[in-house]
Amino acid sequence: MDFLNAIIVLFNFTVIPALAYGSQLALGAIFVTLIYAVLRFANFATGDMMSFGTMFAVILTYYFQSLGFGLGFLPTALLTIPFAILMMILYMLIIDKFVFSYYRIKKSPPVQFAMVSVGVMFVTQALIRIIIGPSDRRFLDGEKFIIKATEFKEMTGLAEGITLKSTQAITIIVTLVVVSIMFWFLNRTKTGTSMRAYSDNEDLALLSGIDPKRVVLITWVIAGILATIGGVLYGLDKSYRPFVYFNNMLPIFAAAIVGGIGNPFGAFLGGYVIAFAEIFVTYAYKRFISYLLPEHLEPDSLLQLLSTDYKFAVSFSILVIVLLIRPSGIFKGKVI
Amino acid sequence: MRNYKNVIAAYSIMIFLIILVGIFQSWSIALTILNYCLISAVMTIGANIQWGYAGLINFGIMGYTALGGLAVVLVSVEPVKKAWQVGGLNILACIWIIVAIIFVVKFILNRFDKSKLRNYSVASVILGGIILLRVTAAPGIEAIESVDPAKTGFLGGMGLPVLFSWIFGALLAGGLAFVIGKIALGLRADYLAIATLLIAEIIVSIIKHEEWLARGVKNVIGLKRPAPYEIDLQTSEWFINLVTKFNSSKLNLINSISDKQEALNQMVIDASSVYVKLCFTGLFLTVVIILLIVTQKALYSPWGRKMRAIRDNEEAASAMGKNIVKEHLLIFILGSAIVGLAGAMMVTNDGLFTPGSYRPMRYTFVIWVMVIVGGTGNNFGAILGGFVVWFLWVEAAPIALFLINLFTSHLPETNAIRVHLIESAPYFRFLVIGIGLLLIMRYRPQGIIPEKIIKQ
Repeated sequence: MDFLNAIIVLFNFTVIPALAYGSQLALGAIFVTLIYAVLRFANFATGDMMSFGTMFAVILTYYFQSLGFGLGFLPTALLTIPFAILMMILYMLIIDKFVFSYYRIKKSPPVQFAMVSVGVMFVTQALIRIIIGPSDRRFLDGEKFIIKATEFKEMTGLAEGITLKSTQAITIIVTLVVVSIMFWFLNRTKTGTSMRAYSDNEDLALLSGIDPKRVVLITWVIAGILATIGGVLYGLDKSYRPFVYFNNMLPIFAAAIVGGIGNPFGAFLGGYVIAFAEIFVTYAYKRFISYLLPEHLEPDSLLQLLSTDYKFAVSFSILVIVLLIRPSGIFKGKVI
Repeated sequence: MRNYKNVIAAYSIMIFLIILVGIFQSWSIALTILNYCLISAVMTIGANIQWGYAGLINFGIMGYTALGGLAVVLVSVEPVKKAWQVGGLNILACIWIIVAIIFVVKFILNRFDKSKLRNYSVASVILGGIILLRVTAAPGIEAIESVDPAKTGFLGGMGLPVLFSWIFGALLAGGLAFVIGKIALGLRADYLAIATLLIAEIIVSIIKHEEWLARGVKNVIGLKRPAPYEIDLQTSEWFINLVTKFNSSKLNLINSISDKQEALNQMVIDASSVYVKLCFTGLFLTVVIILLIVTQKALYSPWGRKMRAIRDNEEAASAMGKNIVKEHLLIFILGSAIVGLAGAMMVTNDGLFTPGSYRPMRYTFVIWVMVIVGGTGNNFGAILGGFVVWFLWVEAAPIALFLINLFTSHLPETNAIRVHLIESAPYFRFLVIGIGLLLIMRYRPQGIIPEKIIKQ
């Protein structure tokens, strides 16, 4: 019984949150990696682009709520995602047309692209703050929990309970669906293959009649879908705050590089690697251990490897270690 | 000679703008802006050495700035004797443990061939070391943080004059740059950017959360200054006489003695704040001029030419027998040390150390915009970039507010759009900086004052 309790404690406080957080990071990391593979630059506006898409979802959620639309027990935000994605793609295409395309045609070095994306980051951040303001917003409605700890305890008769928030379940399911569709698209369709060809060797792809404009357009469309969905899921799970989204860029980069930048499947797994590492290293194992050990051996300290303040630092350290030992990432990078 | 004319014109416009602020807003604000411009200029000199001379991308400027700030606390604050008594031994023991870990890891790496076993043993040494560190440090840290937590709760510094901290800040930042450079400099340009960005974030989070070191997010206030305090000035006779002398014509216009005294008091208060800021301006200007002379000399020395050669074509330079790794490391350390110096200057100017305020937006990306806008590879350009961008950063909000009021003046006061726009005026600075950067990158990629190569 104690063993079961211990497992449930671990499951409830580490595995479920890590799966949800990892899914959100994975979506962002695939976004980074796609841009890197096809357009060939590190996009420093990642976090703010995700924030920009989420902003539309937040505004539309408020609008739908005022009209009385809703999905019952599901959050209204799910209904707004398609519209938010459209706006996001539009914004990305405008940015691409007026900013990035010039440097692409000129074949500028990646460093210059990165600096340009810093400029885009500033502009996006300004637009977000001017449109919606910097404050913290919650836009979750509908049922909050699927399983509550008390109900679980009653059902099973255990001392520890499992809480499953509806946002966590939605995050994991939506991520799996979106990512599988995307991999199917990249690997099985003709357009996806042409994207991979373009990413592998631009000149050869041009020679075999692949239209670069179309590849770039489709990349931005997929990027817009991933960025918006990732941003909305994060906002539903935690809350929407522009500054936090900017900061999320850093673990997302870490996930993309750990998985091997340019490799979408690596980025997908990288998201979970980073999330699990962050949560496992900063989790206090006292309660877990106290179930496993006999009573007189119970530990006094929290049994925490690092305090939760260092959550971000953990993922960055992993990144630094990966860069040192295997700069191409866990999975070989630069293949899509 | 035509190039110099450009430089002079650009700088005169900048000075003129600051004088305009002095006339329209107040001299105190103008001097604050000028001081921050000078500090930014030091940072851009540092970033420009790395980017402009050697083509190294360092997005970790925030980390070195924060370390410079930390140096001010470590050098100038009086030591907290009680904290040293209760927990000093533990902290010293921890330092020894860290040194021991480093030596053991180095020993393993040097002594054994590359193998799985070696990797595992290095990992286990580090992990074991971290656990040992936590066990040793925990009681000490707890004891230190409980020593009068409202006021101290940290080890304090060395109690030296604050100007020493500028040198110490540079040394600290340079030392860190040595470690990071050893680790990360082999990476490709964009990887290096991301790695340094993340490492800077780690440094700031350590400074933020290790309260025994510098109180963390509880901030250290009331740091020493290299300039006199306003209160002392306001009560000293020579200063009041000086103010009276300067404003004698204005004072003579006032007839009643009580009014005259009141006006004089107000003038003394204003003048004292201006005087203090002028002292800082003098100090900062000295630093900027010294750095400018040194970096200019370096740029046109054989060493500078070597750096440019490495930047422009690494393979060719390496074929000529130049040690690229060594030179990159050296320039990484130099640039970071200058940024650390700037960080120390900034905290000295503010008189307080607030680790919570170090954010990559303000301390990394804005500095980079300064370098790009001003002109990479040209010290005059970099300094000008510091001035222009900082000026825009500060003055964008008031200008935006003015424009919003102008364009929405036909709307009623309570109009939702107008109220919303006026509320969001401070965020227009991001827009101005972002669009400015994009325009410069597109139409004048070499910056306002481009790099010029003197053939010798």
